[in-house]
Amino acid sequence: MNNSKVNRIKDKAFNYFGIFCTLIGLVILAFFIGNIFYDGITRIDWDFLTALPSRKAEKAGILTAWVGSIWIVVFTFLIVVPLGIAAGIYLEEYGKKSKLSELLEVNISNLAGVPSVIYGLLGLEIFVRVLGMGNSILAGSFTLALLVLPIVIVSSREALKAVPKSIRLASFALGSSKWQTIWHQVLPASFGGILTGVILAISRAVGETAPLIVIGALAYVPFTPSSPMDEFTVLPIQIFNWISRPQHEFTVNAAAAIIVLLIITFTMNGIAVYFRNKWQKKINW
Amino acid sequence: MKNKLEAKNVSVFYDDFQALNNINMSFEENAVTALIGPSGCGKSTYLRLFNRMNDYIESFRLEGEILIDKKNIYNKNIIVEDLRKNIGMVFQKPNPFPKSIFENVAYGLRIQGIKNKAILRIKVRKALQQAALWDEVKNDLDKSALTLSGGQQQRLCIARTLAVEPSIVLMDEPTSALDPIATAKVEKLIYELKKEYTIIIVTHNMQQAKRISDYTAFFYMGDLIEYNKTEHIFTNPTHDRTQNYITGRFG
Repeated sequence: MNNSKVNRIKDKAFNYFGIFCTLIGLVILAFFIGNIFYDGITRIDWDFLTALPSRKAEKAGILTAWVGSIWIVVFTFLIVVPLGIAAGIYLEEYGKKSKLSELLEVNISNLAGVPSVIYGLLGLEIFVRVLGMGNSILAGSFTLALLVLPIVIVSSREALKAVPKSIRLASFALGSSKWQTIWHQVLPASFGGILTGVILAISRAVGETAPLIVIGALAYVPFTPSSPMDEFTVLPIQIFNWISRPQHEFTVNAAAAIIVLLIITFTMNGIAVYFRNKWQKKINW
Repeated sequence: MKNKLEAKNVSVFYDDFQALNNINMSFEENAVTALIGPSGCGKSTYLRLFNRMNDYIESFRLEGEILIDKKNIYNKNIIVEDLRKNIGMVFQKPNPFPKSIFENVAYGLRIQGIKNKAILRIKVRKALQQAALWDEVKNDLDKSALTLSGGQQQRLCIARTLAVEPSIVLMDEPTSALDPIATAKVEKLIYELKKEYTIIIVTHNMQQAKRISDYTAFFYMGDLIEYNKTEHIFTNPTHDRTQNYITGRFG
């Protein structure tokens, strides 16, 4: 056999190996989702979504959990969006090449790698104790905002970087200042990318459990929160709590709650993909 | 003849590399001056001196003075944003903003704080007419500028520049990305514009320099080799190098 034939065969072999590797992840995910749906789908009904938690599995619902999750998402969003985008703008447009921004950059990458439970400890000390927020929605939101801040900063920077230099130069040449150029040209043009990062960050925050348990979010909350200073629970904590119980009925409840959580995160990711595609179509450099 | 711009003992360095060597040159008002020369000869660097676009290059250093209406634009008390409102620039590749046609032209006015819609409409229309684009886009002002053809985009960029009413327009190879028909339109436009504007244009196209410019400056390796009336440069150049370049023997 000549050399190119051997190379052909190697090429094919690697191709199949790649397909195999890709399928492993997908098959496991499909199996997991299938299993969850099999266990939980019959449990989901209107009562399940609107009932308060209960000691009896068949009466228990996830009202406080998903309402708490929404409170957390809204406040995390409000905190992380201005902070993350402003930090991204600073690092990408203003702080370039200074010693300070190099230091910041390294540490932002480090932050992205810190285990989430450590953020919980940080939140417990700073927000719950020092700033006196207690184990409230606000403290939870700040903690999660810190956790996902690096995602927003990094994706904002990438989106800003993707705006061609020619657009900036054109704006400068017309006599606009740096801030005018960023505000009127660069930010609108990078909006799609920034939004994608924000939504991915938020959908990560929706699924977080550990840091919220550490700051003292409760598993059993008999009321829906009415202000950001109220105590709260969220879907993942409710799931965690149910799974750790011995009765089979609670496992079914957990499966049903997982389905709801999956639907929420998949929907948010779907929205992110939709906006990214829409923006890419609109702005085609 | 009135001098609009003047370069006095101008040398430019990028770190240790000297891009321009002691250039002395003055530009006549309401005339088209073409800068020609092989790639890397410093003509684009020279053009960008006049609206201080080189300021964004970190290693850039200037010696000498650039005078506009007798004022050195590199003085410390000069506000670059104000300077650029008086000196427009058209780039090599059309670079419209990803906004509507109207907003592209209105942008320069908006950043100056003009909010009155009636005034904006009048000025946008005037600029588009000056750029010979109005008839083609007057019904599509809300459409994205990115839907226009390359030639239309470049005329839009010219309109955008004219809207802020500069007195000088710098053009960096404005037709190099355009087909011959679009090029002809832009050239005709430049010819019209010199009644009201002082125009400096960098071009690689000898025929273009010959067709549209009143004066031509030939640059080679950072030196200004020859600067004279265009017809003189193209019929009877003083230097052999100029002769060789314009007849296509090198470059």
